[in-house]
This record gives sequence, C-alpha cells and structure tokens, in this order.
Amino acid sequence: MSEYIIKNGHVFDPVQGIKGDKKDIAIKDGKIADKVSSAAKVIDAAGKTVMAGAVEIHAHIAGPKVNLGRIYRPEDKLFSCTPTKGMERMGGGASIPTTFKTGYEYAKMGYTTAMEAAMPPLFSRHVHEEIRDTPIIDEAAFPVFGNNWFVLEYLKNQEIENTAAYCAWLLKATKGYAIKVVNPGGTEAWGWGLNCLTVNDPVPYFDITPAEIIRGLIEANEYLGLPHSMHIHPNNLGNPGCYETTLDTLKLAEGYKAKNKFGREQVLHLTHTQFHSYGGTNWGDFESKAKEVTDYVNANKNITIDTGNVTLDETTTMTADGPFEHHLTGLNHLKWANVDVELETAAGVVPYIYSPNISVCAIQWAIGLEIPLLMKDPMRCYITTDHPNAGPFTRYPRVIKWLMSAKARETQINAFKHKDKVLSQTAIGTMDREISLYELAQMTRAGPAKSLGLSGMCGGLAPGMDADVAVYNFNPEKPVANPDDIEKAFSRCAAVFKSGVQVVSNGDIVSNGNKRTLWVNVKVKDNPQVTRDIKEKFIKYYSMTQNNYEALGHHFIPNPYALEVDAT
Amino acid sequence: METVTITLKNAPALYLEADTISPDAFAGKTAAKIAELPVFEGNVPSTLGKYFEVSGDAGATAADTKIIVKGDVKKVKYIGFKMTAGELVIEKTADQYVGAWMKGGKILARGDVGAFAATAMKGGELVVEGNAGNYLGAAYRGDWRGMSGGKILVKGNAGSDIGMYMLGGEIVVNGNADVHVMTHAEGGKTIIKGNAASKLGGQMVDGTIIIFGSIEVMMPGFKPNGEVELEVDGTKAKFAHFIGDMGERHKKKKGVVVYGNLYKKI
Amino acid sequence: MTKTVTDVICPFCGTLCDDVECVVSDDGKQLLEVYNACVIGTEKFLHSQAKDRVTRPRLRQDDGSWKEISYDEAVEYSAQMLAKAKKPMLFGWSSTNCEAQSVGNEIAEISKACCDNTAATCHGTTLIAVQDIGLPSCTLGEVKNRADRIIFWGCNPAHAHPRHMSRYSIFPRGFFTGKGQMSRKMIVVDPRPTDTAKMADVHLQVEQGRDYELLDALRVAFKGEWLPDVVAGVPAEKIREAADMMKSGRFGIIFFGMGVTQSLSKNHNIDAAIAVTKDLNEYTKFSIMPMRGHYNVTGSGEVFAWQFGFPFSVDLTRGFARYNPGDTSTIDLLIRGELDAMFTIGSDPGAHFPISAVKPIANMPSVCVDPHLTPTSGVSKLHVPVAFNGVEVGGNCYRMDNVPIDCRKVVEPPEGMLTDEQFLIKVRDRLKQLKGVA
Repeated sequence: MSEYIIKNGHVFDPVQGIKGDKKDIAIKDGKIADKVSSAAKVIDAAGKTVMAGAVEIHAHIAGPKVNLGRIYRPEDKLFSCTPTKGMERMGGGASIPTTFKTGYEYAKMGYTTAMEAAMPPLFSRHVHEEIRDTPIIDEAAFPVFGNNWFVLEYLKNQEIENTAAYCAWLLKATKGYAIKVVNPGGTEAWGWGLNCLTVNDPVPYFDITPAEIIRGLIEANEYLGLPHSMHIHPNNLGNPGCYETTLDTLKLAEGYKAKNKFGREQVLHLTHTQFHSYGGTNWGDFESKAKEVTDYVNANKNITIDTGNVTLDETTTMTADGPFEHHLTGLNHLKWANVDVELETAAGVVPYIYSPNISVCAIQWAIGLEIPLLMKDPMRCYITTDHPNAGPFTRYPRVIKWLMSAKARETQINAFKHKDKVLSQTAIGTMDREISLYELAQMTRAGPAKSLGLSGMCGGLAPGMDADVAVYNFNPEKPVANPDDIEKAFSRCAAVFKSGVQVVSNGDIVSNGNKRTLWVNVKVKDNPQVTRDIKEKFIKYYSMTQNNYEALGHHFIPNPYALEVDAT
Repeated sequence: METVTITLKNAPALYLEADTISPDAFAGKTAAKIAELPVFEGNVPSTLGKYFEVSGDAGATAADTKIIVKGDVKKVKYIGFKMTAGELVIEKTADQYVGAWMKGGKILARGDVGAFAATAMKGGELVVEGNAGNYLGAAYRGDWRGMSGGKILVKGNAGSDIGMYMLGGEIVVNGNADVHVMTHAEGGKTIIKGNAASKLGGQMVDGTIIIFGSIEVMMPGFKPNGEVELEVDGTKAKFAHFIGDMGERHKKKKGVVVYGNLYKKI
Repeated sequence: MTKTVTDVICPFCGTLCDDVECVVSDDGKQLLEVYNACVIGTEKFLHSQAKDRVTRPRLRQDDGSWKEISYDEAVEYSAQMLAKAKKPMLFGWSSTNCEAQSVGNEIAEISKACCDNTAATCHGTTLIAVQDIGLPSCTLGEVKNRADRIIFWGCNPAHAHPRHMSRYSIFPRGFFTGKGQMSRKMIVVDPRPTDTAKMADVHLQVEQGRDYELLDALRVAFKGEWLPDVVAGVPAEKIREAADMMKSGRFGIIFFGMGVTQSLSKNHNIDAAIAVTKDLNEYTKFSIMPMRGHYNVTGSGEVFAWQFGFPFSVDLTRGFARYNPGDTSTIDLLIRGELDAMFTIGSDPGAHFPISAVKPIANMPSVCVDPHLTPTSGVSKLHVPVAFNGVEVGGNCYRMDNVPIDCRKVVEPPEGMLTDEQFLIKVRDRLKQLKGVA
C-alpha cells in the first residue's frame, strides 16, 4: 500500500488535543503512522485544514424506505442526474441520491464512515445490497428493536437476559450494528392505526409502556456491552409541546452507567434532537424548547445527542415512525407511502418543503442551530440533518457555515418572511457563539466516533488509527471574508483518504476505495428459551422461513468488518 | 425582432432530441453558431447544423428572437423546451415535448404536436393548429406541481390526461378530448368545445372544466348543482353545473368548502 | 441415495413461496421431486430437467436456420451490437436475480442504452400511480397476522398466485387472526365470476373499464355524500354496503392485479385505489399491494431505483438517467421506431407485447438470453440459453411486498452452461474493451 505524508496542514484532532498546529500526518499500510519512508507521496496542505475523516452518526441512506423514496419521487431527480465521470458511476437525486452518488457526495465532503439509522430486520438483505453499492465510505446499519414483538413480550416480564440474547441473535442475523429504537410502542400501535404519544401510553395488546421498553433496552444494551448505546427516536416526534415527552424519555436513563470495552460513556443517544425540542400547544404558538432539552443533556453525562438541522430545502421525510408520517401527510397533503413490517416495525415516507416563508419551518431551522450552540460539551453533540428528514446530508457545509458564523445566521434570519416570529419564539437572535474548527472536529469526528464505540478506529489522527483523513481548502489563519467561503471549503475537499487510499483529489473521486460493512458480533450464553421462541414465531407468524431469514451470504457483504463482543 | 429559419435537410434515422431549438438557446448567436448547438440522435451527440439548414442570426435576447422551423420534424423532440421568451413557429407536425417546461414566449405549431406538450408549463402561449397528443399541459411524473400559468389552445383534438395536477392557467381544446381531464387539479381551467370521453375531473381538488359537447360517462363524484348562465370564450349559453370530486379532499376559503366545478352546455 | 433441499424459494411468481422442498439425486445433477410448490411452480422446477433443452447459444443464419455457436461468440455478438447501437434497449430482468440485474445496469451505463423491465406490461402503471399519490402498504405477514378485510381487485389469485390465499391472505391463522378465514371478510371486484370471486362475501361485478368510477364512488360513499343510482354497473346500495364493510374492519388490504393496471384508466385506477386506501386510514387501518407477476420484477425495480433513481423505463442514452413512461417505455419505443437494437433477458416480450411492438424486434440486431425456447428467442437473431435462476443458480430476489429473499441453488446446470450473471459479466468486460473504458 502507498505511503503518504500530508505536510504543513493545520491539524485539528480532538483525540490528541491538537488545535490547529502545523503538523505532518503520515499514512502507511492504511493506518496513521508515526513516520513514513522518503518514498512517501507528499500532499502539500500548507494553508489548509486537516481533520480525520468525518463520521455520520445518523442518516437514512440505504434500504427499503430510502429506495421507496427514490422509486416514488422521479421529480426529485428531474434535470439533476449526472453522467459517468472517470471513476464515478451515473448519479441522481437531490434529497434521496442514488447509492453511488451517496458514497461520492459523502467522500467529497470528507466523510469516511456513515451509519444507516434504521434497518427493518426483515429487509436486512436489501439494506446490505444498497450498502454494498455505496462506494468508498464504511457503513453500518442499526436494526430497529423498539416495536419488535420478541422485545415487547420479554420486557413485559422484565426478562433482560432473554431480551439481550434475542438482540444478539438479531444483530447477527441482520449483520446489524446497534440497538435502534423508533417511537417505542407507538409503531406497533400503528399496526392498528394508533400511536403512543407519551412514555406511559400502553401499547395495545402487549401490556407494556414505552418507558418500560426504553429502560429494558438500555439494560439489555449494557448487559451485552455493545459498542454503541441504545439509540432513540422518542415518542411524540414533531408535535408542539413534544419536549416534555423528550425530557421524560431522557430521565429514563438516570442511574444507568455505560458498561463496555469500547470507550463509550453514554447509555442513551437521542437522535435528531431538533424534532424533539418543541414547545407550544399548536402551530400558532409553536416555540423552541432547545434550552430546556440541552440544559438536561448538559447536566447528564450519560447522554449524547445529534442535532437534526433543518436546511430549508425541499426534501423527503422517512422514518420508522409510521404514525408520524400519516400525521404529516394530513398536514401537507403530499404523497404518502407506508410499510408495516410483520412482528418488527413500520416506516412511512412523505415529501416535505421547508420553506423560509413559513414561520414553523424557520423556527425549526433556528431550533436546530440553538441546540449545538447551547451544548457545553461538543464531544456529546453531533451534527446531522437526519438525512433526508430535516434536509439532505449534502447540506452539511451550509449547516457548518451557520454554526461557524453568527453573521451567516443573521443573514438568514433577515431573509425569513416571518423574522419577528423566529426572534420571539426562539433565542437564536441572542446567540453569538461561533463553533471553532476544533469544536467542529469534536462534533463531526471524535465525538460521534466515541459515541459509536469506534474511537480506537476512526474520528482521530493518532498513530495506529485508520488513515481516514480530510484536507479542506480552508486557512484557519486567515479571517473569513465571506461566510459563504466556509460553505464552499467544506463542500469539496482538496484531498480525502479512506483507510490509507486517496479517494478524493481536488474535489474529484479518484478511487472507489476499500469500503467495509461494519457489524457487531456478540457472543452470548446459550439460551434455549430464546432459541425456542424464535423458532416458534417463524413457524406461526413470519411469512418467511427462519433459514431464509438468517441467510445473508458473502454476496451481500463482500467486505465485512466485525466488532467482536463477548457477553458470555 | 430577428428571425432565424431552420429547415430540416437530413432526417434522423431514429429520433432527434433538439432541446436547443428555443429562442433562449439561439439568442445572441449567428447562424453559424446556432448550427453548432448540440443535439442528440440516440446516444450519438451531434450538431443542429448536421440536420438543419440554418439561416438568419438571432436577436440579442430570447425576446428579440423568432424561430421558424421548416420541414418534416415529426421525429424531432423537445422543440421549445424550457423557452422563456420570443417566438417559435413550427410549420409541420412535431414530436413529443413541444414547449415542455416553458415559462414564456409564444409557440405556434401549424401541424400536430406529440405527447407531453407544455409539460408543467408556467407561462407563455402554445397554439396548436392540428391535434395534440396525450398529457397536454400535464405535470411531470410524480410532481404535484403541474401547469401553473400560461395559455394553451388546440384547434383540433387532444389526447388523454390533459392538465393533470393543473394549478393555474388555461387550456382550450376546440375539438374532442380523450379520457382524464384535469385529474388531481388544484386550480386552472380547461375548456373542451367538442365532446369529452369520460373520467373528467377525477380526484380534483379545485379548478374548472367546461364542456360544450357530450360527456360519455360522468364521474360519480360530481354532484348536480343546478344550472347557470355563462359566457365562455365569447359564447353565452346555459350550462348544467356539477361540483366535485366529492370523494376528494377540499380546501376551505373563509370557512366555506371550495369544490372543483364542471359545467356542461345544455 | 437422494438429498432433500429445504427452504427453497420458488422462482415463478411474486408470491415467492420459500418453503419448497426439492429432492435431488446424490450427484446433485438431477431434480427428482418438488414438494409444497403449486402446480405452476412445480412445473417451473421440473422444466429445467427437460431432455431436449438447448444448452448452447444459437445464431440465426441468413437462410433462417439456427447455427450453434460458442458462448464466446455470443458474447462478441452481444457486445458488438451494444457498442454500435445508437439506442439499444436492455429489456426484461424480471426472472433473473439482483446480481445479474446489477451487471446489466453497468452494461446499460457503458453502452448508453435504455433499460426497462416487465413492469412495462404489468405494474408499471402501478409505479406511475405510486409516484403520483404514494402507497400505504405492509408486508404479507402483517396481512396474515392482522387482516380481517381482504379485497381482491382485478386479480384472480386462485389461478395466477395459487398459494397466496393459503400462505398470506385468506386462510392462515396469525397472531390476531386465530380463526383464519372465519375472521376475514372477502370482497372481490371483477367483471367476471372468477373462481376467486366465487369465494367472496361480496362480489362487485364492475362494468369493464369503469374501475376508476367505482373507486371514486367508494370514496364518495365513505363520506356519505350523494351518489348516482348505479355506478359502473353496480347499484349505489351495494357500493355503500361494501364501503361500510371496508370501514368496519380492524385491518384491511386491497390486492390488485392486471385487471385494473392494464384496463382503461390504467395508472389512474391504481391512483384511485390508493386514494381509497388512504381515506380508509381515517377510519381504521388499511393497506394496498400489487400482485406482482414475475418472481423478481420487484427486485429489478429496486436495483434500477438505487442505481439510477427510477424503477423502470430508464433512458441512459444522453449519458445520464431519465424517466418518462410514454417516451422511455419499451413498447412505445418499439412501436415508434426509436430503437436500433434489442437485448432481452429474463422475460418474454414476444409473448406479451402487442404484435406491432414485436415485429420491430425481428428487424433489428437482437439477443435473447433465456433458458427456454420462447416467442422472443424465436424472433431474436441470437438466442443464449442459460442456467435456470432459482433452480440452478441462487441470488437475491424481492417478493411482491418488497421483502428480499435469497434464492437457493438446487441442482447443477448442464455441463458448461453459464448463468445470466456469468454471461453478462463477459459481455460487460468485452464491451468495456470495445468502448475503451477502464
């Protein structure tokens, strides 16, 4: 493998505490090295910013609902499909890019690892086929557990060990990475057209509450010692006043401590916090409760969050929160797709236009920025757009601009039709904090890597770590003349390395890299009861045989990388 | 206004995609430069000049440019694509996508036009002296934002799916229309001077359909609502009034539910 | 000694039964018995064992006769044809696996071709409707476990999807449906008194071509609004009775087939049926699902979509993907005379297209990749026989509810025969040489 030395760049690496010092980064055998031979290829990074490859902690980029979005939105691709270019296959799609375009776009922005945030287990083969066809970036997928019949039945009786054994089996059967929970109980209720809007609403038939599901899955997660924590999209997403449900959810983590060998410290990851930080009682008095939510998170170290920034674009919402999408289509009357998945979960898809001329959208934009600006520890708050829900991931450079420049925020606020409403219903107008490059590296690299239990592997530039490196045309020593220069610099990297292979040069793809699929292989004690239960459910209730469900051969995952966990 | 005349001299073996035949693409160009504009026959890139004789220079802007298309262009697609201003005259029958996504200017098609003419039209005027194919003034696949402005006049007959997802503007067909008129529309007006087949105004939220001739089968979702005297396009007459589609959702304006309207001349 | 292969997936229809058992000879070369499959599925498995099977490519000669050629020669003909054509079509893909479809897409991209699947003649109209209005749906296990209202509209599963009713929709006992068919009400909408209609609690004998009107009438009935006395040949009373039956269920589903997707109004019929489903979710829980035909037509749409963004009728001739059925759809392209080469795989357009669309195939360079002798292989210049998918080679495929299932290999193909994927890889690699791409 080639050796490289990236010379004289301004390095920002929270893992080593490097804050913009001029430093050379050496790459050898796919890893960051102490030094390289004189044969190493030199990349001149003078006057440029150097960071580890960025880590996406939550996006919907592969699988059935993403593809349903592609299938049913030809208009999302009208006049925007791109031709074959050098290494690049054809691409298309603004809010739901094709798999090839997804890989290229992430890489060009300096992202080298991404998490698919919701894998319906029955559809895991589909998710992995798309991951396989997404070039360059390492990917993993989170199977959803919060409405799974096994989980509901075990946790009704507080059977943590059985829940854990089942989770371990499902992670293996689906080659999944973490325990994802979406609208716990509410999505099962949606099987009957119902929902659970608080943590105490009983789940129809199953005689359990969302609170019991959440606590039980935190316990099962820590019983197993998984790399990532329970990753939750709480009940009551997107409704005025939902922040109370969010706080009730977060409080369920009190008293739990992380138990794992991966360096992870949290027991709960709250995703797309923006959608869960709303006050008010209706869309008229809709207001920000970012302060209330971040105050709680700031005070409780066993929680991490990501933002879910609204980017003010036309996009496609998609979530395993089936009842929410039904609610949304009732609001905007746009086309509604839904898939209920037997014994496991559901999903819905609805296009959405975040218009700067609508006050609710503008307030959502403000809340998404308030959250990171209010978070004291950037190692516990990560930038996402919940792609494509609050906006496409290709808008990260713009979100970064808004976070790094108060002037850019002011320009946007002034451009809103209902500026006064934004200023009265949120505190965005009073915030002058500007995220530094070091904090940005925490929020997009070191932080998410640590939360995912990958801090030994990626998100930093310490020798021995994977050589995932991004070089930006951004000189931290020069004052920013125009905030748009920030967006431009973070849109296209000067150079990107993925596991030691240069994949981007001057903004162009130069290699399809050596993409891996990450998954978590948990060994648990033999559990005859769970084995029996699984067999029985397949015979009686699934529409597929157990043998076919468990089949996930090499052609789906040509380059797997398993994180081993021993929970015996 | 400057006039550019292009005359087909070499017919394509397959079909020609000539989305560059528009005042916007011609503006500011000499005849020689216009002849260099790209066109495609299948996957083979070529130039306009390989297929057309070009005479006359364009005006400085699209608004100052008039194009006359001569010769047998029945296998030429996308004439007047995305046009915003100026004039375009097509002497003979043209293929699909005439004036598709047009925003302004005037197109006069002296022959027939194929399917997808004036797809998602935003403004301007399209006059067809012959017949129009299917999907006249309809939305692009999957888009809920169909024709929102401008005017279409077809002197002959029109095919199926006129004005699907229409939001605004006006379509007049002097002859007959095939099935599905203004499906899913939320505004705009379509006038059929001849006969209509069936499936008029299905899933219509708002908008107006006026029929002078017969309707083969009415949609059950259109409810009789008495008779009215109307003056349409200079003709004063009595019309039976229907509101619908009663099965579809409807908006309220000032507390009153607004339905789509269908008028049939008595 | 014989061996039994279990959990075999049936590569016939979109029901994709995955509980088939096959008995094979000890050397794995002969398929002896098939259990659990329906009569059509069994036939599909056993057809691979035909003694008179064509096992090598054949090229049509000037005198009309066939000449056996090698696979390499067949690769050369195919690659040359695709390299030279201005507007080639790669059609079919519905009876092959996703791995082959993926290689096919690469070929389409390199040759700047059009590519399309058999949705063109069955559920393409469904996809157009889904693009207009969405699709509230579910997996088949949801139907088995929850559904108490089953509507079959313009489809006849008793004959076309024989195990559908017993595995998923009418007879099975699920988690919340312990009484099986006793807990379900069944409505059939069909102009004919089919064998499926005979089983129904309510049969709405709709007038041919008036499904759109009947669906609209149901929507009006849900809202309790005025209706004409008779709609589409069905009395208003009966429509209101059916509407009440649908609303009063706890979980319902509409299954629909080519009786509505390919009759007058086409996509609009499905559009209205989806609107009916959407309306019903204001009162109860309702889903809708197309009864897909070919076993992996769904998979072809999925692979097209994640690689190009569109589920069928994709036009890559300008170097990037475009989509607009009516313009980019195979039958229209053939009838209008827009194509100059035809590559067919995993389908039989010769049997299913209108004759005006089949004739042009006979007049252009054409390749048919198919294990069988078909009307399409008959009109094509080159016939390339391949291993049977789902019998002699595995690979991923998607059920009618989009659930992916990995097919199993049951027996070895005849000595020296290539699979779809293997043949396509050779064509792709040769095409790359001809086009000078890496």
